[in-house]
Amino acid sequence: MSDTAEVPAADERIKQTPAWRKALIRPELGGICGTVIVFVLFAIFAGDSGMFNSQGILNWSVVSAQFMIIAVGACLLMIAGEFDLSVGSMIGFAGMMIAIFTITLDWPVWQAIVVTFALCIAIGALNGFIVVRTGLPSFIVTLAFLFILRGFTIYLPQLIERKTIIGGIDKAAVGDWLAPVFGGKILSSLFTWLGDSGIIAVFERGNRAGQPVVDGIPMLIIWALALVAFGHFVLTRTKFGNWIFASGGDAQAARYVGVPVNRVKILMFMFTAFCACVFATCQVMEFGSAGADRGLLKEFEAIIAVVIGGALLTGGYGSVIGAALGALIFGVVQQGLFFANVESSLFRVFLGVILLFAVVLNTYIRRMITGER
Amino acid sequence: MSLTKKLALAVAVLAAPVLAATTASAEGERYVLVSHAPDSDSWWNTIKNGLALAGKQMDVEVEYRNPPTGDLADMARIIDQAAASGPTGIITTLADFDVLSGPIKAAVDGGIDVIIINSGTPEQARELGALMYVGQPEYDAGYAAGLRAKGDGVGSFLCVNHYISSPSSTERCKGFADGLGIELGNQMIDAGQDPAEIKSRVMAYLNANPDTDAVLTLGPTSADPTLLALEENGMAGDIYFGTFDLGANIVEGIKAGTIKWGIDQQPFLQAYLPIVVMTNYHRYGVLPGNNINSGPGFVTADGLEMVEKYAGEYR
Repeated sequence: MSDTAEVPAADERIKQTPAWRKALIRPELGGICGTVIVFVLFAIFAGDSGMFNSQGILNWSVVSAQFMIIAVGACLLMIAGEFDLSVGSMIGFAGMMIAIFTITLDWPVWQAIVVTFALCIAIGALNGFIVVRTGLPSFIVTLAFLFILRGFTIYLPQLIERKTIIGGIDKAAVGDWLAPVFGGKILSSLFTWLGDSGIIAVFERGNRAGQPVVDGIPMLIIWALALVAFGHFVLTRTKFGNWIFASGGDAQAARYVGVPVNRVKILMFMFTAFCACVFATCQVMEFGSAGADRGLLKEFEAIIAVVIGGALLTGGYGSVIGAALGALIFGVVQQGLFFANVESSLFRVFLGVILLFAVVLNTYIRRMITGER
Repeated sequence: MSLTKKLALAVAVLAAPVLAATTASAEGERYVLVSHAPDSDSWWNTIKNGLALAGKQMDVEVEYRNPPTGDLADMARIIDQAAASGPTGIITTLADFDVLSGPIKAAVDGGIDVIIINSGTPEQARELGALMYVGQPEYDAGYAAGLRAKGDGVGSFLCVNHYISSPSSTERCKGFADGLGIELGNQMIDAGQDPAEIKSRVMAYLNANPDTDAVLTLGPTSADPTLLALEENGMAGDIYFGTFDLGANIVEGIKAGTIKWGIDQQPFLQAYLPIVVMTNYHRYGVLPGNNINSGPGFVTADGLEMVEKYAGEYR
């Protein structure tokens, strides 16, 4: 066949789609549209409210980054055809474990973090193992873990410390080599320069007078971007990414062609747990304490971000970039409503409207891509 | 329906509430009150009403903000957000010093006046550079109630804790136990927020421990279902029942003699006074020289009339 080196002419049997349409019609399109709309709206209604000064930008960036971290895990898991409702409880549990290891058992912070990660990933594996072994819907299995983990998160600190919030972790973390990876800030010197040159505001008084109001990019944001990049690469550029799509699209068909579906699913549960643990560690290092009520409802927030980003609840379709944009929309809307001076109890109304709108738009786009009816 | 049409429609739908809601004027003082209460907590309605009334009377703009699920980490972000929007002053609760001290300190450093209300301690408020503290020290209030109960011959009790994740709740129970001079031990139960669950847990505990002398509830959220539980198991009026805070049902209970007393920390004052104090401070430079204790005030069967009239609204 290789001796016919001529370029084949356009095949009349293949439908022609213009290049612009090809570039535009992708799973992320809904997320991109939503992001543009949200930013335009808030630029109009909250442009001069401080939402787009350095403090304001950091504020909604951090909130969006939090959503992003758990959305990446939830997105890959959802594409693999499974759910994890224990994410929020896992956040509370992981934070509490770090606190108990550090404060009660007096371990060095790095050791507490490493052991907590191992523990969380093990629980994620257990989640996945039960799901693939029993064939139960992951919805049910992880719902059980939502209660199990939350229960331990409330019970253990009460048993050990007679408190539900354990503080003092920030003092224990001073000088630790691993803690700054989660709780530190980078580019501080850049922001100091920005403050000195009057580009961003500086504190007027107190013991930080003259320092910029924003003194660096929190590692939380770096983690979010790194996880999004990693997730996107794995999903779109590796063989394993195809396995994830295949497992969620049609598990039986995937098994027939040799995809290790069970292994893929268990790994995705482990990755989701890992993401929840990153979230928890960043939170504990930032606030210096762990509380029994941390992470409430975060699993649904992650799922909402993923759905806004265009993933299918039934698996087999979605994009990490879309999920990240969904998280950005979510964070900007949540904080932006405060800036725009909207009655905060209306927040849920907005969220519902956005969710509905996103799903309708995404369905429309998906039909264009896959040709389903 | 084409994509463009859909987008246009969506913009219209999303923009409508924003247009409706941004009626705020941009002149004069603007104060933001940040609470730690989840949306579902009825007790904070009084705070909202007191805030609105003060705003109207002083002719300033007031806003109420809270984390929808009661997650304190979310609350920290809301304080950051409030500071970034450049208000004249921020009024905030201090449910957890570790989590909230950073954002509050940053607001103070940014030149925003802060008053701490409701939770936290006067010492913590001073440490953060707040103008003052308006509230009811939790442990002291619990202790005073414990002393009162001890005088009435109470020797054991059940503490129905509906917001166990907040340290202030445990301090109330601990103070009560110390006032009685007994160990708290496992006399405090995590009741959760759901009325049906609270009711059944109280009944279960009293079934298992029928000799319990007293019940202490920490607010309307736990008091109302506990009232029902006591009526159902026949202990109403017999068991010594005290509660923190007031609500319509609690007032009824006091009137009926089922509840001995309610501890009123007068949330109305916690929202109303900071607005008055700050407005006068910003307009005329006057400031009271000390913290304001909004409570504890014991509400008993005598003098219920006014309380009854405004229960759940301003009391």
